[in-house]
Amino acid sequence: MLLKDEVEMLRRVPLFSGVAPAKLKLLAFTSERVSYKSGQTLFRQGDPADAAYVILTGGADILSDSPSGEIKVAEIEHDSIVGEIAILCDVSRTATVRANSALEALRISKDHFLKLLSDYPEMTIEIMRVLADRLSHTTTELSEARSKQKQAAK
Amino acid sequence: METSLTRYIWSNTRLQQIWILFVVAVSMIPYFMSFDLPKQIVNGPIQGNGFETPGATRTFMHLEYNLPAFGKVVFFDGLELTRFQTLMALSLVFLLLVIINGLFKLYINTYKGRLGERMLRRIRFELIDRVLRFPPAQFKRVKSAEIATMIKDEVEPMGGFTGDAFVQPALLGGQAITALVFIIMQNFWLGMIAAGIVAVQGVVIPRMRKRLLELGRQRQLTARELSGRVGEIVDGIGTIHGNDTSNFERADIASRLGLIFSIRYDLYQWKFLVKFINNFLAQVTPFLFYSIGGFLALQGRLDIGQLVAVINAYKDLPGPLKELIDWDQARQDVQVKYNQVVEQFNVDMLVDSKIQALAPDPVNRLEHSLHAVNLTLSDDSGAPLLRHVTLEIKPGETAAIVGNSGSGAEALAEAFARLIWPEQGRITIDGKDILELPESITGRRIAYAASDTYFFHGTLRDNLLYGLKHAPLTKVEYDGAKAAKNKWNINEARRAGNPELDVNSDWVDYVSAGVTGPDDLFKVVRPVLDAVLISQDILDMALRSNVDIETHADLTDRIVELRQALRKRLKKEDLDDLVVPFKLDEYNPQATVGENLLFGSMRRPMMTNRKLAAHPYFRSVLRENDLYIDLYNMGLEIAANAVELFEDLPPDHPFFQQLTFMTADDIPAYQVLLQKLQGRGIDAASADERTSIIRLSFSYIEPRHRFGLLNSQLMAKIVDARARFHQNMPDDLKAVIERYDPERFISSATLLDNVLFGRIGFTQADGSDRLRTILRDLFDRLGLFESVLSIGMDFDVGSGGKRLTNVQRQKLNVARALLKRADYVIFNRPLPALDQRVQDHITHNIMEDLHEEGHAPAIIWVLSNTALANLFDRVIVFDKGTLVEDGTHATLLEKNGIFKELVS
Repeated sequence: MLLKDEVEMLRRVPLFSGVAPAKLKLLAFTSERVSYKSGQTLFRQGDPADAAYVILTGGADILSDSPSGEIKVAEIEHDSIVGEIAILCDVSRTATVRANSALEALRISKDHFLKLLSDYPEMTIEIMRVLADRLSHTTTELSEARSKQKQAAK
Repeated sequence: METSLTRYIWSNTRLQQIWILFVVAVSMIPYFMSFDLPKQIVNGPIQGNGFETPGATRTFMHLEYNLPAFGKVVFFDGLELTRFQTLMALSLVFLLLVIINGLFKLYINTYKGRLGERMLRRIRFELIDRVLRFPPAQFKRVKSAEIATMIKDEVEPMGGFTGDAFVQPALLGGQAITALVFIIMQNFWLGMIAAGIVAVQGVVIPRMRKRLLELGRQRQLTARELSGRVGEIVDGIGTIHGNDTSNFERADIASRLGLIFSIRYDLYQWKFLVKFINNFLAQVTPFLFYSIGGFLALQGRLDIGQLVAVINAYKDLPGPLKELIDWDQARQDVQVKYNQVVEQFNVDMLVDSKIQALAPDPVNRLEHSLHAVNLTLSDDSGAPLLRHVTLEIKPGETAAIVGNSGSGAEALAEAFARLIWPEQGRITIDGKDILELPESITGRRIAYAASDTYFFHGTLRDNLLYGLKHAPLTKVEYDGAKAAKNKWNINEARRAGNPELDVNSDWVDYVSAGVTGPDDLFKVVRPVLDAVLISQDILDMALRSNVDIETHADLTDRIVELRQALRKRLKKEDLDDLVVPFKLDEYNPQATVGENLLFGSMRRPMMTNRKLAAHPYFRSVLRENDLYIDLYNMGLEIAANAVELFEDLPPDHPFFQQLTFMTADDIPAYQVLLQKLQGRGIDAASADERTSIIRLSFSYIEPRHRFGLLNSQLMAKIVDARARFHQNMPDDLKAVIERYDPERFISSATLLDNVLFGRIGFTQADGSDRLRTILRDLFDRLGLFESVLSIGMDFDVGSGGKRLTNVQRQKLNVARALLKRADYVIFNRPLPALDQRVQDHITHNIMEDLHEEGHAPAIIWVLSNTALANLFDRVIVFDKGTLVEDGTHATLLEKNGIFKELVS
């Protein structure tokens, strides 16, 4: 796959939809293109976070460690970004991400990612939007889970 | 050491000095004969004395002596020669004497020179020998660079002086006295005047020279201090940069140089003043002869003939006298230098040389306890570090020493290692003070490692096995010229008082390491390296290094097998695409265009990219089917892409890391080039411009840069050019380019490149990490792990081990102490550069696994992490320089004392 194809794909990622194509090309060029086989791990929970991944093709499972083993928390598809939270707040990986099919990704290192955010405020706003969206999602799920718990307790 | 240089020289070279004096005396015979001969030639054959009648002959070479008890003995009747024959014979004798005199001079000078060089060798060796025997505290006071200049420069003039030390005064003194006696014989009073002036010279000049000597001493001291400071600047360069103190250092150096200048200038002025007075005194004598002698002659009290004879005779006096005075100056100068050096090296409490005596035989194990008896230690300022500690460590016992820093625990460990000498009390083994035990016992049976490591310039192997090199254990057999040279070396060493130990012998004491020889050494080395968690580092060093085919044939001969095993393994793990192998007739997309063209490895530094690009053969290959036009266009595209991507970024932007084929500074230049050349074909570019464009294409890797510039046609063209390049390669290139050959080891490529024989795919996530794990396992399975470690051991650690990281140095330092298989192993917080977690891991490895196979030393470990104390038989707690608790881990925990406080 060539740089220009990657640029096309990056444009489909909501996070980057507002960024000029020339800048996306730079982003693609400066990030590492990596491919994974089904079942291969992108990163593991607890690892130090050094990069974010933009999934170009394929999909991955997001898994969380629990006393009873790994639990699948979510699934991500192509055109999405994963692993950016740990970079933003400088914590170790909060979950394990494992390819569930052949997967192609762009690996954006931490320094490059942060530099991008400071260079392009539109990306920062987009990130904020995505994060806020996820938070509201999580909040809804949590309240649903609580009300279920209450009903079960009754 | 001897304080008087003259005595030192005499006592070491007595016989040689007597011999050379004798030779000088003998050489006087032909010397004086050659004075007399011209007179004979002129008076005899030339002026005709004795040849008054034509055809007259004279007897030549009639040898006849009166010997006591034999009476008159005729050795040779002589030849009857005519006037011409006599002339020729006498001239030939003159020539012979010239040659003999010359040969004497040659012999005497060579002999004196050799004598001096031997002396220099002896002094230098003796000084270094003393350095090796300095007590530890001495090293806190001296600077290494100062010691080095003393040994190297300051003693150097002593060598030159040695040859002249006795010969010169004997010779010149003799000449001067002869001249003086002759003058006195001519006229007593005039002779007395001459003697008086000589006496004045002998008294005044040395007095004036006192100041010269003092200045000379100062010059020596300041120069030595200067080299000490230079050494400090080199060693402390990091601190200087870190604190912006380079100008402070400049000021200090400038002021020192100023002082040295003023001393030297002063010296210079005095020297010429002394010379002036000396010359004046020498010239004043004839003045006295003329005035006083003339006055006496006018009064008729002195015969004029006598006066002329005296003045003539006086001509022979100033020469030797001046040289004698110069000699005396040299003597005093060298004596001062010598005193200066000796003063520095005459140290109290020098280690007795018996303690360091060579002991080639194996040393028995220490089977007695290590006792500290009423031990008191203090630092240089006299502050106490440890007070009245008495304790016993039994053989085989493991003891954790615990305490805050400053508790005395570290000082105790240093005292066990003989790095601090006790203020009071002593450390004994079987009742003997360890300071009085030979180092062949303490240095072999006690091992010590602390955080400050020292590595000598050499390979990792040299440094790791350093603790086993106690004595030359093998006798090296030399043959032919080497044997003769070796014999000569030994003889010379003996004559200069140097030891005859052969540095080429194998010094490694394999037996005490628990193996039989170099071949099974890794049997003990590997577990130790594994225990200190450094084998992966060494493996990596090996993978990154070029392998010497001759010494590591065990691995290089099996390279084909290794490559196949790797392929098979990758296939088995479904990782085929991790490595893209090199194939002669295929383009390797994971390698650069340049690598694909070359399909081989260059022997650097004989061959470089630049040299290859300029080589006419390489150029002709590229030109053949216009490949260079394709590459030029490709380069132009790359430049266009790079400029487009990066032109807006500031030069220090982190994205530039990704730009492998040019730097941020190149961008504007390429921008200009592009404006000029884009869309105009290759002919528009000058030769230089073409080179800088084509250069870009050589570094291009499609999967990495992803500009889409390679198609199957171009790849085929490159593979074709590759084949042509290798087909008719001229010999000069063949010598410096090794073609990739699947059947052979490529000596100019790294071990990793050799094993992979391909490139790791760029898109492979964590490719190199996964490969490292696989390779490690593969080496193990094929029984090659030790060979690879052995290659890693060839790594050059650099000056002071600076090519290793601090972490690696500390790990290796511990490994070195363990490899000695000592009976008492002392670790003094040896690994502070490591993470706590890794430190704990290593401690566990050493305490739990390492000594399972039988050899169980006593381990005394000053712990940084108190929680590890439960690994030890016994825990000893120190606080404020005293021993406060001593017992097993469990009992101390129960006690609720300081230990419990430290653990929590």
